[in-house]
Amino acid sequence: MRGPGHPALEATTTPFKEISLSRMKDLLLKGLPPEQRAKGALVLLAIVGVLILAKPFNLIPDFLDELPQHTYQSSINKEIQEIKRTELVPIGAALEWTFYYLRDDLHVSVVTRFFSTSLKALVDVVHNILSGGRKGFGLDAPPWSALLVIALTLGYALKGWRLSLLGGGTVCYFAIFGLWTYAMTTLAYLAVAVPISIIIGLFLGIWCYKKKSVEVSILPILSVAQTMPHFAYLIAVVVFFGIGHQTGVIATIIFAVPPMVRLTLLGLQTISPEIVEAGKMAGCTSRQLLFRVQLPSARNEIMIGINQVIMQCLAMVVIAAFIGADGLGFRLLHKLIALKLGECVEIGFAIVLLALVLDGLSKAWAEKKRDYRANLPFYRRYKYSILLVVLVAIAYILASYFPILNKIPRDLDITYAKSWDGFIDWTVVNWQTRDFRYIMLVHILTPLRDALLFMPFIAIMVLVAGVGLLLGGYYSALLTLGFLLFIALAGWWDRAMITLYMVLFSTFICIVVGIPLGLWSAMREKRARTALFWCDTFQTFPSFIYIIPAIMLFRVNDFTAIMAVVAYAMVPAVRYTVEGLKNIPPELHEAVTMAGCNKRQRLLQLQLPVALPHIMLGVNQTVMFAFSMVIIAAFVGTIDLGQSIFKALSETALGKGVTLGLCVSFMALTVDHLVVRWARERRRLLGLD
Amino acid sequence: MSRKFTKTLGAMVAGTMLAFGASTGQAGTTTAALGDVDDPIIIPVHNWSSQIAMSHAVGQLLEKIGYTVEYTTTDSQAVYEALRVGDVTLELEVWEGSFATAFNAALDKGGILDAGTHDAVTREEWWLPDFTIAKCPGLPDWEALNACAEMFARPDSGGKGVYVDGPVEWLHDLDRIEALGMNFIQIHAGGAAALWAELESAAANDEAVVVFNWSPNFTDALYGGAFVEFPAFHDRCKTDASWGINPNMTSDCGSPAGGYLKKAAWDGMPRKWPAAYKALTRINFTTNMVGTMAMFVDVDEMEHADAAARWIEENEEVWSAWLYASQ
Repeated sequence: MRGPGHPALEATTTPFKEISLSRMKDLLLKGLPPEQRAKGALVLLAIVGVLILAKPFNLIPDFLDELPQHTYQSSINKEIQEIKRTELVPIGAALEWTFYYLRDDLHVSVVTRFFSTSLKALVDVVHNILSGGRKGFGLDAPPWSALLVIALTLGYALKGWRLSLLGGGTVCYFAIFGLWTYAMTTLAYLAVAVPISIIIGLFLGIWCYKKKSVEVSILPILSVAQTMPHFAYLIAVVVFFGIGHQTGVIATIIFAVPPMVRLTLLGLQTISPEIVEAGKMAGCTSRQLLFRVQLPSARNEIMIGINQVIMQCLAMVVIAAFIGADGLGFRLLHKLIALKLGECVEIGFAIVLLALVLDGLSKAWAEKKRDYRANLPFYRRYKYSILLVVLVAIAYILASYFPILNKIPRDLDITYAKSWDGFIDWTVVNWQTRDFRYIMLVHILTPLRDALLFMPFIAIMVLVAGVGLLLGGYYSALLTLGFLLFIALAGWWDRAMITLYMVLFSTFICIVVGIPLGLWSAMREKRARTALFWCDTFQTFPSFIYIIPAIMLFRVNDFTAIMAVVAYAMVPAVRYTVEGLKNIPPELHEAVTMAGCNKRQRLLQLQLPVALPHIMLGVNQTVMFAFSMVIIAAFVGTIDLGQSIFKALSETALGKGVTLGLCVSFMALTVDHLVVRWARERRRLLGLD
Repeated sequence: MSRKFTKTLGAMVAGTMLAFGASTGQAGTTTAALGDVDDPIIIPVHNWSSQIAMSHAVGQLLEKIGYTVEYTTTDSQAVYEALRVGDVTLELEVWEGSFATAFNAALDKGGILDAGTHDAVTREEWWLPDFTIAKCPGLPDWEALNACAEMFARPDSGGKGVYVDGPVEWLHDLDRIEALGMNFIQIHAGGAAALWAELESAAANDEAVVVFNWSPNFTDALYGGAFVEFPAFHDRCKTDASWGINPNMTSDCGSPAGGYLKKAAWDGMPRKWPAAYKALTRINFTTNMVGTMAMFVDVDEMEHADAAARWIEENEEVWSAWLYASQ
């Protein structure tokens, strides 16, 4: 489908009045037409340049240069000194008052506490079924071999022997490396969080689809929830739901719902109208229409949503441990603090395996098509269920004779942690990074940070709003300006700039390394698949683990934090590049090959330009990942928003924490808005939509 | 967490305990004084080993006398708010240096009880591992440290020594370096793990390092080391600029050498679980005890519940005094 023609062309045929109206709309929503952008960009750069150059000559009034704020002034030798904080607008205090008013005076806490208690009961029951104990029904733990046969059969029934082996192997991994009880706790937690997230997501998605007003009000909230650093909203969760295992489940649900809502909505909106018409003509009631026609037609997107929910939940396993979620995540965190890195890696792989299995099972289940026409006898139709029951029964019987099939002995003591420890120690001793660190810190990073801090805040605002104006018109300009204004008024400008400098530099490295890596991988089908597999693995591997070896290599400084961010944020840069190139329609390939292009020409003239919008979305994701990781990297010891968020978390300073979280979220949303807008327009111009 | 195992061990220990009770003729606390045995006593566990293991030991002891116990993982700062509202029941390790602020704030707001002080004293201070002390004569004296400042320099520290402090939220002296005129700068690690990573990296490369550390801690057993000896702490040092070496500034002294280690409880605990609260007030850790626990877990690599059970097995006299001391 081609987009509407260029406004300049239309102008010749439309009456005067309509021209001005359509021009207004264009100005509001579209930004400058592409051929005028270069000129616009030059003008913008000139204005910003003048603003910056004016500063050394004292031509910028103070109120446009520095904001009163909470900051650390730092110079090259890092003499740190705190300046008293003044908020221009008491945003933090207002938020804090609102939240406590909601909780204590409007008694929202009665509802939230009730929710939290019921959730706890639910988690207890599931946990009891999986691993016994006193809570829940007080059942005895099932033999581990029963779980093994369930994983094997499920995998085989849904997909085949590969998935079957992966599932079985994962169960064995838990058992052999002494992670059984922790893994069962995590599994119980996921078994509650995932379905609840899916149900809430589906419900909200359908609601958004039915009522435009709901969509308009919910979507921005989802955007903020997705970009808000986890630690910032953990404070709010603690205040409303208390602490404990169930609170971790709640935090996970909040994090996992947004993609489900979005994908449900997308799925429903992209159903072709003919299908809905057909349903209506068949005399469906609106409920029948929803459940029999619309939801099944949106199945694909909903399944991607479910898959995303599972991935998000697993990503939260470690983070939720900060507010009391038990299981693999807590175990990992504790080992990390005792510096048992080898064991951390061991647990990290357990989480990755769990993700791969759940992902594989859910995808296989989604792809499985029921054969409606087959009229099979009972035992053939239910052959796998029967097989499952028989195997589980056998497992129970065997387990009662052979204790080793019932419970893995605790003193098994099999581990490969030591070899990882040895590897990490070897690396730390043999990779001398002192000179490298010196160059990076003294000649690149510190000047970059100081430059951002030196820039008058008005210059940065003009720059961002100007880019918004060029790409998306007044709407984008006002939106991005609003985001930045919030940060400025909340009094966190300097810290936000330090966070921004780390994100920018990390993104730069990810682009320089990740995109070429993606290009190289995409050249061969097999390589591309391997690359995507590693992307999946790294994405679910708990990001905390990167931090400690990074400190051991580079010690406590900004560079270390940046390296940890790069390790995490590289994934989308590679993934989207590979996908972008793979998804180029084969006809185009044929066409350029016939036109006699060589490999190089094909890459430069076809592949890169066509895949560019998708690659840019990858860059956008990289920036989002970098924003979320840079906050976690406060564990290294950075002096930015992340450090303040951790401080707020340990003080349970609700208002401050949420304000800081919003600052991070708004910076991320600014980038997101601009990049997505550009990519969408680009795709339209290329005729890819 | 390995409930079955804990249970069997519990039964074992309960057996020994019963025998012990019978032989000495001391009857256990009566059921009436126990209070609500069905509702669980919730013990928060944090992220350092001695606290987790000790919490499990106390939990197992409370289970012996008939209580139901649950453990929940929490942040060590946020726990005081949870104590106030009764989300958790008790806290076994309130370190003066790190948690006094949060603890006192909670006491002011109400809802929390000070359940007494352990014998164990805590110290939180600049700390040098043995492999660093060997590099510079006169350590761990602070003036010797200052003289060797160059040894502690980093690429980006401009020739000054670097002291790796804990996270800013641990609320330390930010002025001491300036007050004592030291040739050092202070950087903040983001958490305990970052501190240990610094130590481990320095140890692997045999470089000098001075970090924030506390005692009792597992690093003693792992690296050996000593606290830097600053001018001794004095109350007036914090408030009176004229006191001490620097006549113009406060903070020209070290941290208190014997900080307290307290216990805290939710204020509903004495009513709901009277016997447990009595036991809590009598519970008394010594420095050695905390160190042993940390050893069990961090050096011998035992699971927390196992370490707790082993400690209970080996220290019957200690805990029976907590549980059964005559009033």
